[in-house]
Amino acid sequence: MNTFKIGGVHPNSNKLTAGKKIEVLGLPAQAVFPLSQHIGAPAVPCVQKGDSVLVGTRIADPGGFMSASIHSSVSGKVAKIDSIVDASGLRKPAIFIDVEGDEWEPSIDRSDKLVLQSNMSREEIVERIKNCGIVGMGGACFPTHVKLTPPKDYVIDTLIINAVECEPYLTADHRLLLEYPDQIVIGIKVMLKVLGIDRAVIGIEENKPDAIDLMKAKISMVSGIEVMPLKMKYPQGGEKQLIEAVTGRQVPPPPALPASVGCVVQNVGTVFAIYEAVMKNKPLIDRIVTVTGKEVANPCNLKVRMGTPVSQLIEYAGGMPADTGKLISGGPMMGRPLLDDTAPVVKGTSGVLMLPRSEAARHEERNCIRCAKCVQACPMGLEPYLLATASERSEWTLAEENWIMSCIECGCCQSTCPSRRPLLDWVRLAKNRVGGIIRARNAKN
Amino acid sequence: MTFILTAVLVLGVTGLVLGLVLYAVSRKFKVEEDPRVAQITRLLPSANCGGCGFPGCAAFAEACVKSDSMEGLKCAAAGKKVMQQIAEIAGHSIDQGVEKVAVVKCNGSCANRPKTGVYDGAKSCAAAALMNGGDTGCFYGCLGCGDCVKACRFDAIHMDPETGLPVVDFDKCTACGACAKACPRHVIELRNKNKMDRRVYVSCVNKDKGPVAKKACAMACIGCGKCVKACQFEAITLENNLAYIDFDKCRLCRKCVDECPQHCIVAVNFPEKEPIDNQ
Amino acid sequence: MDQKLYVTTSPHVHCGDTIERNMRWVIWALMPALFASFYVFGVGALIVTATSVASCVFFEWFISRFMYTTHRSSISDLSAVITGILLAFNMPSNMPLYMIVIGALVAIGVGKMVFGGLGCNPFNPALVGRVFLLISFPAKMTSWPVPAGFATSYIDAETGATPLNLIGQIAGGNSAAADQLPSLGDMFMGNIGGCIGEVSALMLIIGFVILLCSRVITWHIPVAIIATVAALTGIMWLINPVLYVNPLYHLCSGGLMLGAIFMATDYVTSPMSTKGMVWYGIGIGLLTVIIRYFGSYPEGMSFAILIMNAVTPLINNWCKPKRFGEVKK
Repeated sequence: MNTFKIGGVHPNSNKLTAGKKIEVLGLPAQAVFPLSQHIGAPAVPCVQKGDSVLVGTRIADPGGFMSASIHSSVSGKVAKIDSIVDASGLRKPAIFIDVEGDEWEPSIDRSDKLVLQSNMSREEIVERIKNCGIVGMGGACFPTHVKLTPPKDYVIDTLIINAVECEPYLTADHRLLLEYPDQIVIGIKVMLKVLGIDRAVIGIEENKPDAIDLMKAKISMVSGIEVMPLKMKYPQGGEKQLIEAVTGRQVPPPPALPASVGCVVQNVGTVFAIYEAVMKNKPLIDRIVTVTGKEVANPCNLKVRMGTPVSQLIEYAGGMPADTGKLISGGPMMGRPLLDDTAPVVKGTSGVLMLPRSEAARHEERNCIRCAKCVQACPMGLEPYLLATASERSEWTLAEENWIMSCIECGCCQSTCPSRRPLLDWVRLAKNRVGGIIRARNAKN
Repeated sequence: MTFILTAVLVLGVTGLVLGLVLYAVSRKFKVEEDPRVAQITRLLPSANCGGCGFPGCAAFAEACVKSDSMEGLKCAAAGKKVMQQIAEIAGHSIDQGVEKVAVVKCNGSCANRPKTGVYDGAKSCAAAALMNGGDTGCFYGCLGCGDCVKACRFDAIHMDPETGLPVVDFDKCTACGACAKACPRHVIELRNKNKMDRRVYVSCVNKDKGPVAKKACAMACIGCGKCVKACQFEAITLENNLAYIDFDKCRLCRKCVDECPQHCIVAVNFPEKEPIDNQ
Repeated sequence: MDQKLYVTTSPHVHCGDTIERNMRWVIWALMPALFASFYVFGVGALIVTATSVASCVFFEWFISRFMYTTHRSSISDLSAVITGILLAFNMPSNMPLYMIVIGALVAIGVGKMVFGGLGCNPFNPALVGRVFLLISFPAKMTSWPVPAGFATSYIDAETGATPLNLIGQIAGGNSAAADQLPSLGDMFMGNIGGCIGEVSALMLIIGFVILLCSRVITWHIPVAIIATVAALTGIMWLINPVLYVNPLYHLCSGGLMLGAIFMATDYVTSPMSTKGMVWYGIGIGLLTVIIRYFGSYPEGMSFAILIMNAVTPLINNWCKPKRFGEVKK
């Protein structure tokens, strides 16, 4: 079975909700839409206080080439354009909409009927994806219309669908595969048309045998798509690791892109959103979120409207356990800590995880004992002990010489360190400083 | 006996020959250096703190000699008298400017600014600042991990364990700027020291709107603008919900201190004011 | 909920490994060898080991309690216990108590604490202690009791040549020594003379398996050392089987197994990349064979490891792990 060659760890997968069917969460009383839900420039509001909106009305336009639009997921009135503390832990500008009823834009096809074909041209499809505000749903939120139109000098030959879901606890992508397989296949065909290629590979980790079997059956009549089961290892779902496992090619260090080895990678949630956008004219207004945790009363997979406060999801799942130490947006390895439960669900919210205090609290850090477990764990072949020490001493040149910009911040190193050193905290600092130095250097040249 | 004589002779001659070789080499390969560089280096404090912007005291001395003026060349640690001497040796005139000191502009002590979360990551303000807003409601104030303390070469700043804020020792501070550069939130500023070591400043860097700032910290600047109106010398400006006192314009009259409803403007080294009903 | 949430960034979970867990498994892995040496050398083995461990722990506690002002190195991380056991394993079972204590003081004080405690030392502390004792008390450190089972006395044991001594004599041309060489079976099981921990290759290999299964070490360093020694001594044996013994004798004699499995794999003093570990092992193997055959000491392992410890920072600089996306020019 294929896998990536360097490093990796095996955290407990804790897929508590793998067998739970997706349930639809009710509407919030007020939906909040941060303007920065994607990589690139924040979106620019195109509504004002007092405006009426329907479900699917565009409320913010892209703020530049590398940006995405935002659509209202509720019907009601714009209450204010203010700021909120979102998953980034910072106060960001956001559009607040008071919910009234559930009226949708008439152009959206709300039926469940499976739409198999579209007569749109490549350019029209890309325009539709852009106008529906589709971004990568795996967590990085890269504007999809940009990803599907790589610069002409890149020759793409493989589309890879990331259905790996290597983060422990999260099962949103798994349920999507089990409950909407036909839509996903159609979405893949749309993307193959846009890219103008004929090979797609769906990468699924071996801990989802039901999804693997189902998808294999669905694509048996379709040419050009294959299902590749992958060995269970974190971070198999990382873009570079996935490309290596599927094609054997290694993406060169930054600033090289996956497109430079002929691959485009998309999360399976994005594929579903593309189906809905292209076939149903439905913008990105809802997504599947796994609400989970060992002490959560009712862990579940919910279909949630964007902008719903996380508190509502937690309430549906039985409330926040008394012993909760950390509230995380995403998974336990790369998720972002939420400062409180008022943060809204955004396009990149794959899960809401509540960890008990005993697991969340860090142990006291000790001296590095040079056991090299971090070196063995790092999937990018780096030396985290060295990079962390360089960062502590502000030795940015040493960090750059040791390939620090290749770090994908997966957390493998810190999660294996017996001395409990905060390796990733220091590496992030050094990446920030070295990135600044590199930008200044490039600007001067 | 001859044995000892032979030993002494051999070693003595070897020593003499090697000594002559060393002398010849030191003359032939001598690096010509302006003697002024060594003179200036001797006057400098040898802390190599980098406050001047050069990598070490020797590099600063070299820059003084090589450049045609003292423009941009200042060793804050050396002090005014030494800088005057350095300028004379280098053969330039010098405009000393005003003496400065490091000021910590934050009132967010543990008492004023309650914790809303727990931070147990790396003990570094720079690392913590990159993570998120932090473990209090104020996303702008002091993080308390002590990067400023680590940066200071003159033992002039320490964390107060009760308040969780850094405290500057005004006598030791040389205004080299290392702590100000180290602080990722720009809480520390170099301000005029003034006569009698007095100064007035807004001890807050919070740019949130008034109600948000006040909820986070009892002594935050809420951007009400009362201080701006009170100042007769137009020394105070209000931008992004934060008041700022221009230290060149401030005349230390302290009217703003009384006006501030949040008591967030600090006056340092002034005598206690007479109570009003004593007049 | 009245308790505050943690706001620290990812990763939010940990595999649960600690320094203590790794140290505990090393101690377990050393127990078979300790049992074998008790079986072969009697109570002396236990007395020496106990004294060594107690002294090492005491000195580490004393130094960190009274001489360290900042971070308190804690004896509870068990690294002093391991240094104690390994130091004892490098001594004969009739070692006088005061020498053991001095050795422990040097091993912990000079080998480790002077550099800042766990993680900061450039040389293997047990080997520092052992080499110090070898140079200071050469007679006691090079006279090994002849194995007499449980009944072997602690102080008054009769001493004799070890297989390593004999190998050296054979290489020097003394063919009569070849008859005195114990059988390979005895050498493998441990019924031979030597230091406490080094006699039973079988028990040490069991320890190696324990370390691998508990994921404390990887196979690279021990295999590199053993393969290098086997290859080099094998070549020499093929060239001249009269002077140079069968490589299996080398593998089972002296501190080779103990050094390869437990001393060279010390985390703090060994390289950080697998490529570096292999070169490190090759270097140790090469130096060991050179010292054994061409040096005046019968045992080369300790010196070989200490020399390669000094080279480890250079190895770390030169042998970087394979980077993802690296294009080999």
